[in-house]
Amino acid sequence: MSWITDSGPMRDVVMSSRVRLARNIAGLPFPIIMDKETARETMKKVYNAIMNSNSALVNRLKFIPMYKLDPVERNILVEKHLVSSELIQRADYTGIIIDDKEEICIMLNEEDHIRFQCILAGNQIEEAWDIIDKVDDVMEENIEYSYHETLGYLTSCPTNVGTGMRASVMMHLPALVYGGHINGILQTISKIGLTARGLYGEGSEALGHIFQISNQVTLGPTEKEIVANLQIVVKQIAEKEKLTRKAVHEANGIEFEDNVYRSLGILKYAKKLNIKEFMALLSQVRLGVSMGIIEDVSLTDIDRVMILGQSANLHSYAEKHNKLGTDLDIVRAEVVGRLI
Amino acid sequence: MICQQCKEKPATVHLTKFVNGKKTEIHLCQECARQRSDINVFAPFTINDLLSELLDMTAPSTVVHGGEDIKCRTCGMTYSQFKQVGRLGCENCYRDFSRELEPILKRIQGGTKHTGKVPSRMGFNYKLQREIDKLKAELQRAVNTEAFEEAAKLRDEIRELEEELRRKDEGGHSA
Repeated sequence: MSWITDSGPMRDVVMSSRVRLARNIAGLPFPIIMDKETARETMKKVYNAIMNSNSALVNRLKFIPMYKLDPVERNILVEKHLVSSELIQRADYTGIIIDDKEEICIMLNEEDHIRFQCILAGNQIEEAWDIIDKVDDVMEENIEYSYHETLGYLTSCPTNVGTGMRASVMMHLPALVYGGHINGILQTISKIGLTARGLYGEGSEALGHIFQISNQVTLGPTEKEIVANLQIVVKQIAEKEKLTRKAVHEANGIEFEDNVYRSLGILKYAKKLNIKEFMALLSQVRLGVSMGIIEDVSLTDIDRVMILGQSANLHSYAEKHNKLGTDLDIVRAEVVGRLI
Repeated sequence: MICQQCKEKPATVHLTKFVNGKKTEIHLCQECARQRSDINVFAPFTINDLLSELLDMTAPSTVVHGGEDIKCRTCGMTYSQFKQVGRLGCENCYRDFSRELEPILKRIQGGTKHTGKVPSRMGFNYKLQREIDKLKAELQRAVNTEAFEEAAKLRDEIRELEEELRRKDEGGHSA
């Protein structure tokens, strides 16, 4: 999948960028009160709408109803950040339309009929918006959306009404966590219409020091303003993170490097890794790689390991290698050892 | 309340489902809930939880109109159902709950007017009107900051667009 395998700008701090647009079809009930039959017809309608367009995208897209996947396959989609856990909880009603590079993933019948998403590597929020804007235009050729003159695009939850847009970036901020600055930053950005949360766990307890920062407000500003606002904040946080990384390195010298390399050593040779330890070590190694201390591992390798070390991916690995029933911590150590 | 499944422990997980406007309620204890695939007990605190809190904080006028719960005339969802789940049932809920939703939108969204993308089928005149509104806001800002030269330019642009809109309207009627 390309957000992991591509390098992308500012990848040392910004792991990925995502833009999501929520849309509903005029005249249909929202998914929350839809029966199964209507839900499945709606999915077909959306898929046909895009397949009947003249877009070059058409040949790259695939429709997957969730009920056709087994639970492990569904959870892998969640771990890759391609779909929400809400989508897979209602597998009889939902589905996705996804492109071969896994950059565009359209969730069907999640909270809204259509949720376009584009995920790119590094800091590419503007690029992600451009892509999704065009896909939305293509869909609109054949589908009439629920739209209100003053409220904009109507969504099932009023927190998304207006643009229906959620732009977010996934940031790796270990130095700001060590330096104790993170909570202050998170509080500040909440005052300017943005929100931040730990991707795995909350606040300074965020596993792997990974945070997702996104716009909270969807009604009022234009899509471009939302993107621009987020960009300003992301660049400032990234700048501060880099300065703090440098300061921590300078202050601790060899101790810092020792720490980073020890983490790499444990990741590589441990025989058992629980998720908490795994994410903590991976964060250290990622820090070392992005600062040029560790040279023979790449950032994309690490981000790939991060996804493959989550439980549904491990389960799938265990299945393929006849290791079902083995403690997942043992399977994790084996997978990580092979990849790093 | 006692858990429906084990009938022993107190129910702390309450699930309300709506299918075609029909409501089913499930009350379970933490342990029984964990064993069910359709309930995610470990879901982190979501924006919807926050929303339900906000809904309860808004004007007490919300539910009662002569003792009746307000109901969407299209999908049948009532306002108190919406308050519980934090999601609307259909696009017309926005129309039928508009009085209740307005203060909520102000609180959670800041603005109450969409200024972003417009579906192309909304037509040319609608887009033109939006452009005029935008320029008028800019004009107001220019006047406030005493940037009169810019204000004059904006005024002329607005006049031009309004003229265009009038022409299109007339054209539309005669066609």
